[in-house]
Amino acid sequence: MFKGKDIVSISDLTKEHIDRIFEVARGMIPIAKGEKKSKLLDGYILANLFFEPSTRTRLSFETAMLRLGGSILGFTNPSATSLTKGETLADTIRMIDAYSDVIVIRHPLEGAARLAAEFAEVPVINAGDGAGQHPTQTLLDIFTIVEEFGHVEGLKVTLMGDLRYGRTVHSLAVALSFLGADVHLLSPRSLKMPRHVLREMKSKPEIHEQIDEVIRDTDVFYVTRIQKERFPDPTEYIKVAGSYAITGDTVKKMKKDAIIMHPLPRVNEITPDVDSTLHARYFKQAFYGVPIRMAILALVLGVI
Amino acid sequence: MEEKVLKVQKIKNGIVIDHIPCGMALKVLKILGIEGDVGSTLTIAMHVKSKHGWKDIVKIEDRYLDDREIDKIALIAPNATVNVVEDYKVIRKHRVKVPEIVKGIVKCMNPRCITNQREPIEPEFKTISIEPIVIKCKYCGREMSGEDIVENII
Repeated sequence: MFKGKDIVSISDLTKEHIDRIFEVARGMIPIAKGEKKSKLLDGYILANLFFEPSTRTRLSFETAMLRLGGSILGFTNPSATSLTKGETLADTIRMIDAYSDVIVIRHPLEGAARLAAEFAEVPVINAGDGAGQHPTQTLLDIFTIVEEFGHVEGLKVTLMGDLRYGRTVHSLAVALSFLGADVHLLSPRSLKMPRHVLREMKSKPEIHEQIDEVIRDTDVFYVTRIQKERFPDPTEYIKVAGSYAITGDTVKKMKKDAIIMHPLPRVNEITPDVDSTLHARYFKQAFYGVPIRMAILALVLGVI
Repeated sequence: MEEKVLKVQKIKNGIVIDHIPCGMALKVLKILGIEGDVGSTLTIAMHVKSKHGWKDIVKIEDRYLDDREIDKIALIAPNATVNVVEDYKVIRKHRVKVPEIVKGIVKCMNPRCITNQREPIEPEFKTISIEPIVIKCKYCGREMSGEDIVENII
């Protein structure tokens, strides 16, 4: 069901696909931690094409491939490639396709991964295209919730912060709604979830502007960074950012088993004193990126 | 009693695009790429009374439409009919149909969409709603409707 499959958008995956990825990812955890050795992808080559800088995603794909005994080629600086000579993305992909077994692409333009998937014979995994999709992030986010609670259905999940420009929250909101979560959206009015995302969601989410409305009964807080450059007035930014931050004090009002997630990097929206509380899951969440990507690589390469 | 007079003359050969939403006739011409001297007689009737309210009509003599052009009209006039006239008689009546896949007719309005780069692909959209018409870019996922579609007809 997976061999050769492109993973461009989370909507390319059915519930069965997602369950299968999670099942394989669970088995990958000891290998991801380095406790067990694997040669599962020995002899396979991953092409990591980063047309735009990224640390976390790129490194976690590299770790995933290396932990499974595979090899990597690629670039992180497109100015050193023939793209600067005016080569089309389609041509670059056709060439890399001949050199590798699987392609991972991060590109500043929306739809670039879909184009790459059309021109490549080998499977293409989207590692983020502009403001568009970032399906492996969505998968690791949902995996984190499933590992904590055993399920997604019925959980109250509050997505908060910058819901307008934050790429990860768009596909996450849609995926959560299809998996039966009770989705709540908390953001300043100027950074509300775009209407097209609301339209794609299976059920209508509840919308809030005050954290007090959701703080006591939310199971999962998914916090995103509010960027300074979105506000022309710096004092307005400080005021807004402050009212959507999780601090040691806010944590005290949460349910005992509520968890806090964040796609990282975080700045001020979660204060450092929260890190040591039982609610913090963002570093564990970042770790889950490795077993999830290992599972995806092994599945699309058809070795399991 | 209203006087029954034909306001627009019958044509001998050509096409009559009827049931265009009021005010959209000029946009239909834009979609068909008709501007300046077309070399044949073109008649536009706007704000014409019909059974179901008001409509626009376009008549073009000595010109026929291929399916691609008909699909284009459907994007702004989903209820239009295209009548093919030969020797003053309607020999074929074609009701426009919004295609499920809109390929190579409209370009994506998102300047950051990969289809707006110099790449060897045709822009492609999926129709996600017919009334009102909404299409969604296959590549970047941007949804377009109304005026945005008209502005981006290729």
